[in-house]
Parts: sequence; structure tokens; C-alpha cells
Amino acid sequence: MVKQHSYWQLFSAVFSKDLKLAFRQRAEIVNPILFFLIVITLFPLAIGPEPGLLARMAPGIIWVAALLSTMLGLDKLFRDDYHDGTLEQLIASSYPLPLTVLAKVAAHWVITGLPLVLMTPVFALLLNLESSALLATVLTLLLGTPLLSFIGAIGAGLTVGLQKGGILMSLLVLPLYIPVLIFATSAIDTSSMELAYSGQLAILGAMLIVAIIAAPIAISSALKVSVS
Amino acid sequence: MQLAGPNGAGKTSLLRIIAGFAMADEGDVLFQDRSITKYYDEYAQELLFIGHKTGVNTQLTALENVAFWLKINGYDSKQDLYPILAKIGLVGLEDVPVRMLSAGQQRRVALVRLWLNSAKLWILDEPFTALDKSGVAFLQERFVEHLNAGGAILLTTHQDLTTHFSDLQTVTLEYRH
Repeated sequence: MVKQHSYWQLFSAVFSKDLKLAFRQRAEIVNPILFFLIVITLFPLAIGPEPGLLARMAPGIIWVAALLSTMLGLDKLFRDDYHDGTLEQLIASSYPLPLTVLAKVAAHWVITGLPLVLMTPVFALLLNLESSALLATVLTLLLGTPLLSFIGAIGAGLTVGLQKGGILMSLLVLPLYIPVLIFATSAIDTSSMELAYSGQLAILGAMLIVAIIAAPIAISSALKVSVS
Repeated sequence: MQLAGPNGAGKTSLLRIIAGFAMADEGDVLFQDRSITKYYDEYAQELLFIGHKTGVNTQLTALENVAFWLKINGYDSKQDLYPILAKIGLVGLEDVPVRMLSAGQQRRVALVRLWLNSAKLWILDEPFTALDKSGVAFLQERFVEHLNAGGAILLTTHQDLTTHFSDLQTVTLEYRH
């Protein structure tokens, strides 16, 4: 048995395993989109179908729905691996754990975040979102949803060993989600006034880069604490 | 080396400390005279750990589980795995999700790793659980091979080892209130 170190092999193994599992239990992919759709269709029913009002509120509704639907799947991110012992095997592997974690978070985003980004143009029609704001909404979601996955994974890693960690995780993670929400909705607001919103996008991008670099290290430490 | 002792004596806790998953309150674990907390990556190269929770995903098939384990440990996953699966009695079941298999067969899916690694130190927590008699004997044959190749095994078990190991050491932990 010869060992051959290949970081790509590790990344693709973890990434494709999570995707394969998600496609076998389709609920994991369908649930977040369904939740997103339900929230978006309920709002016009609850507050009245006035087009101006809906268009004004659309960015906020879309973002809050996206944020909550990302949180739906977070609980599951490390839970199965924790319970069947895969997490121990990943820690005992000679590869760096942050790389494994990066692959898992990337898979989580592809399963929960990416479908939302792709479906937003369709769902935005339901809320009468202006076309000028649509591009901004999609761009902020594209930068913001991976950020939500990374931040959320820190909370998921810390609480994976607890019996009812879901509520604690929400409490830990929500305060950290607020800056993302503020900058994202501010970008969309600015865009609907036909002003440049590249500043807010740049901040979201910067936060995402910091998260990609720093979050996997934090998540690895959190997982090691949970396993011990 | 066999770790013995009644339920609750701390066998599993000790194994987890030696494997580097938990920290000891006092003291340090050394592997080849080096602290495993400082040189964990190098230690992990030489370590194979199979605990109570075996790390087998029940949604995946036996073959997928083995291939995944090979990949995350940097082994070649494209090799022909069928001869090994046949040897351990899983042939014909390799494409069935592991949750459909019996407890003993699920355990075998985890134990395939013993034939597929180059680690020197094996840490096995109750490896014989759920295995039938022929499985236990077969596993002990593999232990002998590993020991003859210069490897070391640290295990806990409540069953008596049927094969005679000439240099077997037993450490007994006592239950303290």
C-alpha cells in the first residue's frame, strides 16, 4: 500500500461524497428551495398584492428567506459524519482537516446556496422586483450565500456533539449573519435607486475571502473540540 | 497489546487519548519519542483507528465506503477491491447500501481497511463485536500477519483471543468510583 499525497483527491472525495448523499436523499436539496418558495409566496398574501409595496420589500424578503433556508441544512452538515464516526476518520487522516472542511462547506453551498441563486430570477417575479435590482440581488446572493455557509459551519461544528444543538447554533450564528444581511440589502436598495453599488459588493467579497481563508481553520478546531 | 477491564473502566477513553482525539488531563502521548500533539500529521500517517463508531456511512455502498476511506487517507482508490471484498465475505453485497446489511457485515465493511493500509500502529476498539466465529478467526490471522511485518496492535476486547500470540501483553484497567 503506497501512499500518494494529493490534496485534490481528498477535496474531490469529500465533495463528491456529500453531493452523492444529497442526491440520494433528495429532500436535502428540495427542502431549502421549497422553504424559500413558500416564504416568498406567503408574503404577498399576507401583506397584500400592491406592486409598489412588494417591489420595495422584495430585497429584504428574498434575503431573509435565503438566510433562513441556508440555516435549515446547517444542522445536518456534520451530524451524520459525527454519529457514524467518519469525522474521527477524517481527523485521523494525514491530510489537513481545514481542507476537508473546505470541501464539505463547498458541497453544502452547492446543495443549498447555489439553487437559491439560480432560482432567484424566477422567484423575483413573484415579488415584482425591478429588473435593475434583480442583477444586484443575484450578485449579492452569489457572494453572500457561500459566506453564510462558512459562518454557519463554525456554529454547526461547535454544536455537532450536543443533543439539541440546533437552537444554540442559531443563537451563535445569527449575530454573525447580520453584517452580511445589512450589506447585501443595502447593495440592492442602492441599485434600485440606479446608483453604483460596487462598494457593498466589494465589502461582501472581502468578507467572503476572509471567510474562505479563516473559517476552515476555525471549523476544524470546533470539530476537534466536539469530537474529544 | 490488549487492554482489559470492566465496563466503564475507561478503555475507550484511553484509546481515544492515544489516538489523539481527546486530551489527557495529565501527561503526554509519545510516538517514536515525539509528542503526538505536536507531530500529529506524521503520527496519523502511521495510525489506523477503528472505534465503536466505525466511520461507515450507511447510505453508501460497501464499495463506496471503502473507496472513500482510501481516498481520504491518500491510498490508491482505483485498485481492484473485489479480491479483498471476496476474502472478507462481502462479495455480491458490494453495491447494496450498507444500511441493508447485517451488523456483522457492516463491521466487516469497516474491517476491510485492515487489509488496505500501511500504518504501523492499529488501534482497535472492540473489533470482534458482531463478528461470527470464522470472522474472528480470520481477523486474528490478519493480526498475526501484521505483527510479523513489524506492526503493533492495541485493542480492547471482551472475547478471549483464540489464536496464541507469543508476545501478547495485557494491561488491565480497574474501575474506580
